[in-house]
Amino acid sequence: MSIIALSRRRFLTVTLTASGGLAVGLHQGARAALAGGQAAASPWPASVPGIALGAWLVIEPDDSVLIRVPKSEMGQGVFTSLPMIVAEELGCAWSAVRVEYASANRNHREREVYGRMATGGSSSVRTLHFALQRIGASARVRLCAAAAEVWRLSASRLSVENGAVIDPPTARSIRFGALAAHAAGIRLAHEPPIKTPAQYTLIGKPLARLDTPVKVTGAARFGIDTRLPGMLYAALVRPPVLAARPRHFDAGAVLSRRGIKAVVPVPGGLAVVADNFWRAKEAAAALPVVWSDGAASLATTALRARYRAALDGPTATAFARGTAGEGLRAASTRIEALYEVPYLAHATMEPLNCTAQVESDRLDAWLGTQNPDAALLSASRASGLPPDKVYIHNCYLGGGFGRRGTNDELPQAIAASKAVGAPVKLVWTREDDIRADRFRPQAAIRMQAGLDQSGRPVAWEMLTAVDSIDMSLFGYHPAAGYEFQAVEGLTDTAYAVPNLRVGCALQHSAAPVMFWRSVGYSQNAFAVESFIDEMAIAAGADPLAFRRRLLAHRPDYLHLLDVLAAASNWERPLPPRHGRGLAVSESHDTIVGQVVEVEASEGGTVTIGRVVIAVDCGHTVNPHILATQMESGVVYALTAALYGEITIEKGRVVQGNFDTYRMLRMADCPRIETHLALSGGRKWGGIGEPGVPPAAPALCNAIFAATGRRIRRLPLEREIVGGPA
Amino acid sequence: MLSLRVNGSTHVLDLEPEMPLLWVLRDELGLTGTKFGCGIGACGACTVLIEGVAVRSCQVPLSAVGSSAVTTIEGLSPDGSHPVQRAWIEHDVPQCGYCQSGQILAAASLLAKNPAPSDSEIDAAITNICRCGTYPRIRAAIHRAASLGNG
Repeated sequence: MSIIALSRRRFLTVTLTASGGLAVGLHQGARAALAGGQAAASPWPASVPGIALGAWLVIEPDDSVLIRVPKSEMGQGVFTSLPMIVAEELGCAWSAVRVEYASANRNHREREVYGRMATGGSSSVRTLHFALQRIGASARVRLCAAAAEVWRLSASRLSVENGAVIDPPTARSIRFGALAAHAAGIRLAHEPPIKTPAQYTLIGKPLARLDTPVKVTGAARFGIDTRLPGMLYAALVRPPVLAARPRHFDAGAVLSRRGIKAVVPVPGGLAVVADNFWRAKEAAAALPVVWSDGAASLATTALRARYRAALDGPTATAFARGTAGEGLRAASTRIEALYEVPYLAHATMEPLNCTAQVESDRLDAWLGTQNPDAALLSASRASGLPPDKVYIHNCYLGGGFGRRGTNDELPQAIAASKAVGAPVKLVWTREDDIRADRFRPQAAIRMQAGLDQSGRPVAWEMLTAVDSIDMSLFGYHPAAGYEFQAVEGLTDTAYAVPNLRVGCALQHSAAPVMFWRSVGYSQNAFAVESFIDEMAIAAGADPLAFRRRLLAHRPDYLHLLDVLAAASNWERPLPPRHGRGLAVSESHDTIVGQVVEVEASEGGTVTIGRVVIAVDCGHTVNPHILATQMESGVVYALTAALYGEITIEKGRVVQGNFDTYRMLRMADCPRIETHLALSGGRKWGGIGEPGVPPAAPALCNAIFAATGRRIRRLPLEREIVGGPA
Repeated sequence: MLSLRVNGSTHVLDLEPEMPLLWVLRDELGLTGTKFGCGIGACGACTVLIEGVAVRSCQVPLSAVGSSAVTTIEGLSPDGSHPVQRAWIEHDVPQCGYCQSGQILAAASLLAKNPAPSDSEIDAAITNICRCGTYPRIRAAIHRAASLGNG
């Protein structure tokens, strides 16, 4: 029996591509020359002595510029990239920048002065860059106007440099800190122009993250690090079977234990409250509970059969052009394949947790959330307090990946705090985190294509049977019979196939599902990019040349594929049992192409040598952060492709911790190179998610190239090692 | 009563001897730089040094520590200047940052006994999970820390 033994090769290297793409790595010199400011260890809003220039910006007497970020810092770098955009226009010293979270309470009271604070869909730079540029530009012009009034001259001759307004003809200058109060009173008749890309001095530079210093000393405050005077701790008692509820519990059996304060019903189960978490957790494990039956018959094997069968039934048409059915019948070659993916857990490193302090006229909650606006309303409902009395103190998120967009832990902590009349920190164990997750949907995707005599696809039908996130999370059945996230990556395929139909059969079960890094693209790109490879093989074509033919109308894709081909030495032959696999996927306004190289030993062991990435996100704010997000996306996706699988038996989630829900580790991590293939223009694409979708199909295409074996079901560990069907 | 020596200070504690060191540090001593990740010794987020050697504190009962010196991320250096921390900053390693205390202490422990580890020695020694995928940066930073000197 073979095993998967993936080994890394070397650490990330800095390279320059032959075809004009810029390889991304660490540029120590550039970063040292632009020393940054710092993010606070406790990132929530604090009162500062400075002068506010609008809700987003405070200039302090020492010329520090405090930028309030309405998006969640969960590793993707918004505490650095968003301030860079403001500072670019403002003209302050980068070392003077400080950063903290915007207040969700203020956002509620002041009618979304920060816009929508939810972080997801790789949208932070995409949706905010223009607003941030305007905020910086407006502040700069107001500071110049203030200096012009002081000096009694025209503002048009003034400029800014390093946090001061200067008058070049006389070489006079006034620091921002001395002008802020005056500038705050100035109203502009119209919004000033913003810079053109050629004028950028910060945007596009690989600057170091502002939150790194507090993350290497243990000082950075995650939700789980919250400590309040008189605070108690709570552990969750969760139903063993999905959708079960507690019928009876015997609190008396644990209340005599040292430190145990109460057993409290909370949404989703019970909470044991104690004076430290370990005591609470031990008592929670010992608490006698009688549960209702719940979804005791739910099983992954039955769900899988149901999803496959649904592909034979009626499907809602999510997209159609031409007539796919007729095209398939008329084609000279027809191919068909079924792809399947399992439920996946998010498994953020920081288990979900929330600290709530409920008082008669005020609620404070500390947690890491991807949606402070929704958390505020949820906390209001859970506490009965009006939203303007709720204060959400967002912390650094120990991973998000979509999981922290819905804060199941928040109403639980509120219920516990209300019941005991003290602040309570409620922490999920890893088993809670895996088993009470809202999973990435399970899916079965059937692809059919018809090729003409030249090998060109003339018809393509894509059918998916997949859990509905709308039904699971929001409780409604989409009237059209499909939902956006079920078919993203299918309906928006860039491949020019004249007859195309995307059909969808939404599924629903007691297993809750939600957004998981790159959402529908995570499974749909696997099917599309595997199947394109299968089409290329059927047509006797090189997989890269085959894609180029179908993307001839997209110069951005063609350039990216050129960069990728050069960087990966696509044309260079490999030794026997080695293979390269290609996949390209566009999501969140960003195109990412990846080439994975594998080596298959005679025993069947597959080793991933390196992953070469080309990215087109239009403009990049920080290419260093971009490269780290690509690495992050690849590791996240390879972890899922190799090992990731949540299975349910008799209504119980089988996996519970990292011993059974395996993670990729250092020794498994391939070399990863990122190359830019930027097309500029109006696109400021996302980078947090688009690195995920191409990795699994590129890996499977590489395994096919090396071994002739086509993998159509994930995870690979099951397929290669074997296991229960 | 049990006494515990952490970051140079001795604490006298009235706690259950079986309480894992992780929760003693976090909940009783307020040293929250040490993180809870799995509770089964599988992820390394709770890594601390005991007499300079990396251990997973969720698997160490308080009673097993005895008079050994415990070092947490807060005690690795007074100001973040340990060579491993400096290398981490140079390579801008953390993303979400949650696992990084454990990664840094695991690296410090490795370098203390092997001042110039090879890639395969790093693979064998650094088994902590990072869900953000900072592994390539961690590897580079460990090599950099080795060249800075295992101060």
